[in-house]
Amino acid sequence: MRLSLDNILGIHQQALSLHSQRSSVLASNLANADTPGFKARDIDFRAALKQANSAGAEGLKMTHKNHMTAAGGKASGPAELLYRETSQPSLDGNTVDNQIEQAAFSDNAMHYMATLDFLGGRVKGIIGAIRGE
Amino acid sequence: MSLLNVFDIAGSALSAQTIRLNTVASNLANAETASSRPEDVYRSKQPIFQTVYSDQLSSNETAGVRVLEILEAEGKATQEYNPGHPLADDTGYIYKPAINALSEVANMISASRSYQTNVEVMSTAKQLLLRTLALGK
Repeated sequence: MRLSLDNILGIHQQALSLHSQRSSVLASNLANADTPGFKARDIDFRAALKQANSAGAEGLKMTHKNHMTAAGGKASGPAELLYRETSQPSLDGNTVDNQIEQAAFSDNAMHYMATLDFLGGRVKGIIGAIRGE
Repeated sequence: MSLLNVFDIAGSALSAQTIRLNTVASNLANAETASSRPEDVYRSKQPIFQTVYSDQLSSNETAGVRVLEILEAEGKATQEYNPGHPLADDTGYIYKPAINALSEVANMISASRSYQTNVEVMSTAKQLLLRTLALGK
């Protein structure tokens, strides 16, 4: 069996990059909590991870966010941002709910750290295998 | 690396909230500043926030915030009869700004809460990045 670094790291590398993308989306929601007219965004993590995982050799690699996706083929790029449904938008059109965003940000940070731990375990494993310990 | 964007985004918010705190401080400090003419009276300053996208072509991205401009609020100066005041006009009146101290303090609390939130976001992002750098060690 050929050892490939991609196989060793598994789904965790896509998960890590999605978590870091989500953390910047949530940070921009929190930054714009007082901006009139700002609509809170988020990504559908499950769908985005599925897409990132299935975009393999047959898909087009997108190196820029404005690249068009190929017909039929899957493309791996930054996950699509959706708008958050809000129960009580402000009068100025802002839909950021600070509590929801803070909870989502902490949740995302915990998941990021968990993914890091999984990745760290894999890296330790491969280092042990290389050294023959 | 998206996590590095977090510093730009939260940093822009920190700067915007600092400007907001500055205007509140200025408004409260000048709440009692008297003048001899109604048009010279200090007007309360209010920052207007705007979302900044790094690339205007695409809405599918994260964004920071900036202060678009600082508006001076309309509002009639309050007239006060005080002939002994050194700035009193010929009829004995002085003019004071129409500043609502309560709403300024509420604005200050809101700004300081938002500032705290963004500091938390930054320190969380820093922890995540440091742990990422230590990966496999």
